[in-house]
Amino acid sequence: MKALKLKREDLYTYLESLKSYGELWGPVPKGDKYVYARLTNVRDVALEALRTIIPPKKFFVPPRFNMFRYFDDHYEEAFDDVKRRVLFGLHPCDIHGILILDELFLERFPDPYYKRRREATALLGLSCVPDDKCMARSTNTHAVEGGFDLAFNELGDNYLVWVGSSLGDDLVRLNIDLFSEEIEPSDLKTYLAWRRKRDSRYKLTFDLTGMPDIMELSWDAPLWQELAEKCLACGSCSMVCPTCNCFNVRDLSDLTLSSGVRQRHWDSCMNKEYALVAGGHNFREARAERLKLWYTHKLKAFITEYGKPSCVGCGRCIDTCPVDINVAEVIRGLTGQKVTL
Amino acid sequence: MIQLPEAKPQDASLNPFLPEEMRLVRRYDLTPDVRFFQVRPLDMERALTLDYKPGQFMMISLAGVGEAPFSISSTPSRPGMLEFCIRKVGKVTTNLFQRKENSIIGVRGPYGNGFPFEKMIGNDILIVVGGLGAAPLRSLLLYILDNRDKFGKFYFLHGAKTPNEMLFRKEFFEIKERTDLNCFLTVDEDKEDNWPFHVGLVTDLFTKIEGIDAENTYATVCGPPAMYKFVIAEFLKLGIPKHQVLMTLERRMHCGIGKCGHCAIGPIYTCLDGPVFSYWDVLHMKDLI
Repeated sequence: MKALKLKREDLYTYLESLKSYGELWGPVPKGDKYVYARLTNVRDVALEALRTIIPPKKFFVPPRFNMFRYFDDHYEEAFDDVKRRVLFGLHPCDIHGILILDELFLERFPDPYYKRRREATALLGLSCVPDDKCMARSTNTHAVEGGFDLAFNELGDNYLVWVGSSLGDDLVRLNIDLFSEEIEPSDLKTYLAWRRKRDSRYKLTFDLTGMPDIMELSWDAPLWQELAEKCLACGSCSMVCPTCNCFNVRDLSDLTLSSGVRQRHWDSCMNKEYALVAGGHNFREARAERLKLWYTHKLKAFITEYGKPSCVGCGRCIDTCPVDINVAEVIRGLTGQKVTL
Repeated sequence: MIQLPEAKPQDASLNPFLPEEMRLVRRYDLTPDVRFFQVRPLDMERALTLDYKPGQFMMISLAGVGEAPFSISSTPSRPGMLEFCIRKVGKVTTNLFQRKENSIIGVRGPYGNGFPFEKMIGNDILIVVGGLGAAPLRSLLLYILDNRDKFGKFYFLHGAKTPNEMLFRKEFFEIKERTDLNCFLTVDEDKEDNWPFHVGLVTDLFTKIEGIDAENTYATVCGPPAMYKFVIAEFLKLGIPKHQVLMTLERRMHCGIGKCGHCAIGPIYTCLDGPVFSYWDVLHMKDLI
C-alpha cells in the first residue's frame, strides 16, 4: 500500500480541499462528548476525539429514512438524502465496524439503500491512542489494513497517510503538493515507537477465542437473569453499537390515506416487541432472552459465521449503558471473573 | 484539481425491497376467519415463469399498512397463480381481507429455503397437518402429487378441530379418493355428528401407517404449537431419523433477506436459512422452538 507524508500544520488546508469532492464530516465536541458533524469550518474538527456518541453507521443506515413513496399501491424508490461525503477521523475500530456492516448489507441480497450511501462516502481514517474503555486490541480491530480510502497515522510532526483505494489516490491528488513521498528510516522508528505506545495503553484486554463455546455452555447460566434484572431494555446499546443493524419498516400515510412513505428506522432486539408476531405470540418475551440474543450476536453468532466477533471494542456500550451492562462486563461474567454491577 | 465522477444511481430493478404489483384474482372463505387468495403478476408471461419451492414464503405488502410474510399454499407444478391461505389475525391480514377481487396488492419474494427436494426424491413421504398448518404443507402435498412417480410411499394425515373448521375440505376429500397415496382425515370433535371419518387427535392416525422404510422417509409436520411434541414423538417411534423430520417455523420479519435482524436465531436467519428446519436443527440450535 502506498504511504505518503503530510505535515501536521497542512492538515486543515488539506481538509479544506476535500470539500470539492463532497460534504466534509468529522468529529466535533458536543457537551463532554463528541459527535460526527458537518465541518463547515475545518478547524472545528476534534482531532483528540476518541469515540463519538453514535458510530459512523448513521451515514450508511440513517436512524430513519424513506425507502419508498407510495401512491395507492404503486411504489417509487426514494433515495432522498444520499449525498457525496467525506468522513474524516474514523478510528480503526469504526472502520472495522463499517466492514462488518458491509458483510451484512453488501453480500447475499445487497441492500441498495446501504450500497448507494456507502459508495457515495469516502472513508478517511485517523489513528488513535486508546483510553481505559477501549478494548479493540482484544477484538483485533485496533489497527486497520484496508477498507478505507485514506488513513492518517500520527507520526511526530507529520501524518503518515496510507492510500487504501483508487478513490483515496484521487483524493490525495486534490491537493498533491501537500504530500511528500519521502519516507525516511527515522520515520519508521517514530512509527514503531508510536505503535508501542498505542499497544501499551490498552487496559481492557480479554481472550475472546473460544467465546462461541463459552456462550454455548453458559446458555442457562444465572448471569443472564442477573443482568436482566438490571437492564432497562432501553435499547441504547443498539443505538450506539457500530455493528447493530436491526431495523423496522413502517408506512406513514399522508392525510389522503392514499399516498405516503415507507420508512425504515433503527430497532433494537432489546425492545420488548422485537419478536412479537401477529396473534400476540412473542418469541422473546423475557428480557434475559433478549439480552442473550444481543450478546450472542456480538460474541458467538458472528464468530460462527465470519470467524470474528461483531464487537469491534469501541467502548461505546461501556460509555452509554445507564446500568453498566456492556460487553466487558458480560465477558467477565461469562469467563467467571468478578462482575462489578 | 481533477474532476471526479458523480456517484451513479443503480438499476432500480435490483431493489429487493420493491414490492411487485400483483392482481388479487380471486378470494373466498375457507372458514369464517381463514380466507383463500389467488394472486398473480400483472404480466402473464411473468406469472407463468415465476418459480418457487414449496416451503418458501412471500412478503405481502399493502401500502399504508405494512408488510408481513406468508407461506405459499400453491404448487410451482401448477404455474400462473400464487395461492395463500390466510387467517385474519393482525394489521396486514385485516386490511388484506378488505381488498376486493381484481384489486392490486404488493408482493415480493419468494424467500426462504423451501423443502429439500434434492434429498427427498426417491424417499417415502409422511405429511402431518393440523389446522392452519395446511397453509405451507398444501404446497408440498400438491407438488408431490404432481410428481408422484418421483417419491415412494406417501402418507398424508390431516387433523382439524371440527368439520366446520377444516380448511380445503372439498379438495382434501377428493385427494382422499385417490389410490396413489394414503390420506387419512380426522377431527378432534364432531358435535353435529356428520363427519364421515375418524374422530380423535391426528396422532391417532399413526396406527394407519404401515410398510414405510423409516430410514428412507422424510416426515414433515405443521400445525398449532401444542401438536409438535406429540407428532414428533410418533415420527421418532417409527424410526425416522431426526434430520429427516422437517418443520416450518414462524418469526417476525421485516425484510425477508437477512437484513432486519428480527428472525435471527443464533447464527442463522429464519428468512434465509429457514423457514424449513429439521428436528435435528431444532435440537442443536437453541431457541429455534
